[in-house]
Amino acid sequence: MLKIIARRVLVAIPTLVLVTLIVFGLQKILPGDPLLTLAGEERDPQVLAYLREKYRLDDPFHMQYLAWLGNVLTGDFGNSLRTGVPVSTLIAQKLPVTLQLAVMAIIMAMLIGIPAGIISAVRKGTTTDYAANAVALSGMSIPNFWLGIILIMVVSVQWRLLPASGYVPLTENPIQSLRTMLMPSFVLATALAAYLMRHTRSAMLGVLTSDYIRTARAKGLLPKTVILKHALRNALMPIVTLSTLLFGELLAGAVLTEQVFTIPGFGKLIVDAVFTRDYAVVQGVVLCTAVGFIFMNLVADVLYILINPRLRHPQ
Amino acid sequence: MSVQAEAIAPRRRLGRAATKFLANRSAVFGGVLVSVFVLMALLAPVLTSYDPFATSFTSIRKPPSADFWLGTDELGRDIYTRMLYGARASLMAGVVSVAIAVAVGVPFGLLAGFYGGWVDASVSRVTEALLAIPFLILAIALAAFLGPSLTNAMIAIGLSATPIFIRLTRGQTLAVKTEDYVEGARAIGLPNVLIITRYIFPNVLPPIVVQATITIATAIIAEASLSFLGLGQQPPNPSWGSMLNTAKNFMTQAPWMSIFPGGAIFMVVLGFNLLGDGLRDALDPRDH
Repeated sequence: MLKIIARRVLVAIPTLVLVTLIVFGLQKILPGDPLLTLAGEERDPQVLAYLREKYRLDDPFHMQYLAWLGNVLTGDFGNSLRTGVPVSTLIAQKLPVTLQLAVMAIIMAMLIGIPAGIISAVRKGTTTDYAANAVALSGMSIPNFWLGIILIMVVSVQWRLLPASGYVPLTENPIQSLRTMLMPSFVLATALAAYLMRHTRSAMLGVLTSDYIRTARAKGLLPKTVILKHALRNALMPIVTLSTLLFGELLAGAVLTEQVFTIPGFGKLIVDAVFTRDYAVVQGVVLCTAVGFIFMNLVADVLYILINPRLRHPQ
Repeated sequence: MSVQAEAIAPRRRLGRAATKFLANRSAVFGGVLVSVFVLMALLAPVLTSYDPFATSFTSIRKPPSADFWLGTDELGRDIYTRMLYGARASLMAGVVSVAIAVAVGVPFGLLAGFYGGWVDASVSRVTEALLAIPFLILAIALAAFLGPSLTNAMIAIGLSATPIFIRLTRGQTLAVKTEDYVEGARAIGLPNVLIITRYIFPNVLPPIVVQATITIATAIIAEASLSFLGLGQQPPNPSWGSMLNTAKNFMTQAPWMSIFPGGAIFMVVLGFNLLGDGLRDALDPRDH
């Protein structure tokens, strides 16, 4: 089993290298000179020359890339072109905020999506099933930033139930922190819940028609036991994988959610960086997201091997 | 089975798929939704007497009324009119970016799947690396480097969606490659180009059509998202996303500014999703 996991980790390495190449290459290939932004309004030739030297812009591409990669490997993503603050510091500040949002969203999505999928599968073809499917499809189609705006208008402005924006650290005031994050994480969870519902439903439908379920029913087990113990346990496998894979979607969705609810997280960091043409920050955030995603993929695969005994031994 | 007979099969399958599609009520509803928005976009000048750019300081942020069906915005422009013209931006963004993704992705997928070996290995590795960067984040990064405009947003979205089509086409090609009719075509010595274009491509097409329909939905949301962030359609040109961008500043004073454009995005995306689901069921080969 360790061998399989080790091989899986090794396979991730070329992907990681390519990602760094893409992230670094993007800035080089595409038009726009970050130096001009960096040098300020005057564009003093001396300042430009100094910066070219500092960022090794006269070196050949592969030398620049290797120098950059070397820094990245030691955790040095460069400094924000605007504020001079190290990108790694910025990321370390913003990441916990987005992680809280993402974790709350994924828990909410699982709590909504998985039971809905089970019920829908068990009651296939009934009104409940159709309604659940219609809600799921709507959840996938609704732009989450719009849902955010509508919720703010109703829940915060009309009913005055929850704060409309901002962020309170979990360590400072846990209750207020959860209250502020409740609406944003629900908004972020809608699409995920919809995917989870649809996948749970189809996985359950697949399992429910299998022989061992018929056997379990035939020997007179309670329907509840059959569904929850026998069927769900097998249907859950693809769902666990899916949940980890949706992590990427979650981070992307967080960009918009954070914008609507003015949450100072990862998403807001990249959007602000884009507008100030702070390429170092954009690069850092994109790279971090991609590495996170590859890591989650790895976790998904390892989980899959751990849950599924058939995969534990190489053929 | 002869190569000829199998090659005609797709056409017969199409007829069966159409019947099945038309029997699916939600798929037809999706088709109707999409058609309504397409007509709105095409007939915009006929459907309104207002100019989408004309500002009026006497009618700033007016609620919906007989004069202004969906109200006016912060510069006194008619929201209904701007939404009709905004439909053009949204639909065009959806279709053009998916066209880019298909045009780039499908050939790479065909080549990787057909030739295998190092071609496949290199295409697949790059695809995996691109897929590791979440769709919207890649699109934001590309749009940022390219500069904000509707055209650049479409390019950014198209390129970000490309790996999805490479992976799908590659997988389908791998499956089709082993079919008897492809073996037959090879046996009679047809050149690879002909095998790919005449025998493989038509047979990998159905899932690509389904994916394209669903990706249009994703692309429309992505364009709205980029425009909402200020990276897509630039003011004063209307787009549903950019309308929401300004509307969020007037949530309490003028809620109609947010409700209608967002509702339109929701409806058209729902339409494409229903259409895609319906096409998937109709084109599912397992039922034949």
